[in-house]
Amino acid sequence: MSATMEPTSDLLGARGPLDQDWRKVINYGLLTALVLMFISLANMPVGLDSRKIIEPLLSMGYISLLWVPAALGYAVTSEKVLEGMVAHKKGARELVAGLIVGLIGGGGLGLLIVLIDNFDLRDPLVNWSPQLLALLTFDEGIGYGVGFWLMAGAALGLFGGAAHVVSATVRKVVAAAILWILAFSVFETVISDISEGIQLEWLADELYYVRGGLSQQGAVGVAVVGILFALFGREHVREAKQSFQSLEGEKRTRANAIMLGSCVVATIVLPMVLGRITNELLANVGLFVLLALGLNIVVGLAGILDLGYVAFFAVGGYTTAILTSSNRGESWPDWMPHTHWFVALIVVVVFAALSGLFIGAPVIRMRGDYLAIVTLGFGEIIRLLFLSDWLGGFTGGAQGVTNIPGVDLGFVEVKGTDPRAIFYLVAVFCAFAIYVSWRLEKSRIGRAWMAIREDESVAEAMGINTVNAKLLAFVVGAVLAAFSGAIFAAKVGSVFPTSFIILVSIVILVVVIVGGMGNIYGVIAGAAVLIGVLGGPKQPGLLAEFSEFKLLIYGALLIWMMLKRPEGLVPNVRRSRELHQEEFLQDAWLKGHVDTDDQDELGDEGGVAPA
Amino acid sequence: MSGERLLTIKNLSVTFGGLHALKDLNFHVDEGEIVSVIGPNGAGKTTFFNMISGMVTPTAGDIIFRGESLLGLDPNQVTARGIARTFQNVRLFANMTILENVMVAQHCRTKQGLWGSLFNTASFKKEEEEIREWGEHVLGFFGSRLIGYRLEQPASVLSYANRRRLEIARSMATKPTVILLDEPVAGMNPKETEELTGLIGKLRSEWGFTIVMIEHDMKVVRDVSDRVVVLDHGETIAQGSYEEVSTNPEVIEAYLGRPAEEAS
Ligand SMILES: Nc1ncnc2c1ncn2[C@@H]1O[C@H](COP(=O)(O)OP(=O)(O)OP(=O)(O)O)[C@@H](O)[C@H]1O
Ligand SMILES: [Mg+2]
Repeated sequence: MSATMEPTSDLLGARGPLDQDWRKVINYGLLTALVLMFISLANMPVGLDSRKIIEPLLSMGYISLLWVPAALGYAVTSEKVLEGMVAHKKGARELVAGLIVGLIGGGGLGLLIVLIDNFDLRDPLVNWSPQLLALLTFDEGIGYGVGFWLMAGAALGLFGGAAHVVSATVRKVVAAAILWILAFSVFETVISDISEGIQLEWLADELYYVRGGLSQQGAVGVAVVGILFALFGREHVREAKQSFQSLEGEKRTRANAIMLGSCVVATIVLPMVLGRITNELLANVGLFVLLALGLNIVVGLAGILDLGYVAFFAVGGYTTAILTSSNRGESWPDWMPHTHWFVALIVVVVFAALSGLFIGAPVIRMRGDYLAIVTLGFGEIIRLLFLSDWLGGFTGGAQGVTNIPGVDLGFVEVKGTDPRAIFYLVAVFCAFAIYVSWRLEKSRIGRAWMAIREDESVAEAMGINTVNAKLLAFVVGAVLAAFSGAIFAAKVGSVFPTSFIILVSIVILVVVIVGGMGNIYGVIAGAAVLIGVLGGPKQPGLLAEFSEFKLLIYGALLIWMMLKRPEGLVPNVRRSRELHQEEFLQDAWLKGHVDTDDQDELGDEGGVAPA
Repeated sequence: MSGERLLTIKNLSVTFGGLHALKDLNFHVDEGEIVSVIGPNGAGKTTFFNMISGMVTPTAGDIIFRGESLLGLDPNQVTARGIARTFQNVRLFANMTILENVMVAQHCRTKQGLWGSLFNTASFKKEEEEIREWGEHVLGFFGSRLIGYRLEQPASVLSYANRRRLEIARSMATKPTVILLDEPVAGMNPKETEELTGLIGKLRSEWGFTIVMIEHDMKVVRDVSDRVVVLDHGETIAQGSYEEVSTNPEVIEAYLGRPAEEAS
């Protein structure tokens, strides 16, 4: 135990360049080839080609291919260094492995080029197209294309392998340049919007090409700034973070208040400098933050896997629509008033709570998988009810309810044509939801939910009325979702059964999982990344071109997260403990925090002498 | 020493499929008693506890606690009436902190709901304070083992013996009249066993709890129990003082002579 405690102190020498795990290298190479072919035939290169990263050099379409050999060229030689293991020094071996992986991958793409050129498989594979061929060969002929991808694959694989070999500083510099260029390209709309809002149009003009994509000098500039930040700025950020975390008591409270204050100010000021499209985006993110915060109470805190959560969103949307619209289903009696949005909101709360009870009561006694499946069914049932002939007179059936007015505040009407106002409205409700989650989490109710999540039968044996506690979680979640629905109705001006498909439930769940279940910041981060960047079920995100591939990317992201970071982007401490139980225990043990036996505490009376 | 009749078990039976896990158990516990339930593995002891705590429904018979039948009550209602339990295979809320484990166990003794939690009312704060204090108080029963820096640690970092202690603390936190201990010293070393034996006595003498205990360690059974019930294959084969049952030939046979050896 003692000699191996510091694995970094004595590295074994580098292994020879041909001392490879050949089977693994070949497998990774073939995997690279397969992934590249799959991405090509999923039409990503062609579909994303219109989105420029650096005009005219690089488009998102090519990025969708280029990252693969680099990533797998890196992954092929990365290995876990466990406690007590001695790592080898990195060297030529890693480079060779990366190179071979990339070469095989590039070869796969070359093979695809040859195949497309010679056979026509458009029938089953719709994307087996001349456009794809043109894109892959740069219109320069088959030989050029095959040669290019062999070389590019090899170069990128080598680049990936080199990441193991070069010093940490070099790695930092390269990563910073790449990340900053990508970020500035993804956030193009936001950045040009902000620079316009603060009268810095010239900056945006300098950075971006007219029809999208960073200009070449822009890319260089961004990369330089990124590198400088990585080299000199990041330390300061980390220090600031650490000194913030080490604050205690009075000071901590004050620092928290300042942080909170600046978040509030940013939420108020930011939309003012942003344009229409970006505000629209923020409003959509806000609606999903609200939904995800609600679902987080149900799934994250109480551990009830509700797959039909969209039902409550629908109840909120339809209730608001029917109460406020001038064009609701024809079966309503004339005396039914057209109310103000805020009056409708009160009814929404009541209906949401009732539907939470009605859906919750039958399913709440079930556990785990059964509950998930049944809630999935209920989510569909609610949508089908709104669509049905039976309720069609009231809900407009497939025609839905239209002509929903905005929220009249007296001095201004908050409606869809003014996304900034909608965003402010959503933000107020999100603040409410955050407050509710935060208060409940550390209360008697929140503790009961956590206990139920940990072990339901024990929680019940310890005196918790699990049925009531779970129903309460359902109702609180339902009300928050219904708020989101009410704002959605006022924003869009119409509701249709198709606005409330099962996909919405799934997207919200993915937001919660990817963000970090049980963590308020995580949920917000998840919504920002998924809805803001990739887009919601029907709402385009910053990468509008991705909409065709949204579900593919959601799925890939979800799988990757489950494998690599099941606790989400911003984890909840408890959950990551749950998911990394062993590592956690080992860490705690190394720090001496686990009591492996009692003797340490018993002091002199300890130690049971063997008889 | 014994007071009012607390718990009466009448002709209690349960079958799982064709297996008679418990047959015609008749039994009573008076206030202030420590009663042990012993018997070989699979005798039906834990099943018996599961029935009292409402987790398993008996097929016949009745359980009467303070003159009222417990049949048909949910586990949380049984706990609310004043019967708490521990689990043989330690089932803590592993990712909640030690303090939270004993705080959450006071759920049925407290009542703050949505309103208090959301608006942080004066009564909410007061109740939280009381929950915390009582939690620390019961943890203090085990000396410094579960308090201090431990309060905020997750239960999963505790050593095996400390987990067992926390289980007992958690049952104490529910403010019960009767505590059902399922093999409280299982897996403990002799030193820890001796210490806990003393503490079980204190649970009665200082805290006023009545105790029903399942235990395989005959020394512990001998040291603390007023009475002993012996089960074998779901049937009651003997009841009485430790001396009486330990010399009972049927018990000795069931245990293949083990208790006789230990008693000597
Ligand atoms: N839920 C159940 N379903 C079916 N059989 C059960 C169930 N619970 C217990 N049993 C069976 O009932 C019998 C009694 O089990 P029980 O756990 O009560 O024994 P025990 O006396 O506590 O034993 P041990 O000393 O090993 O803890 C066993 O044969 C067990 O397999
Ligand atoms: Mg048992």
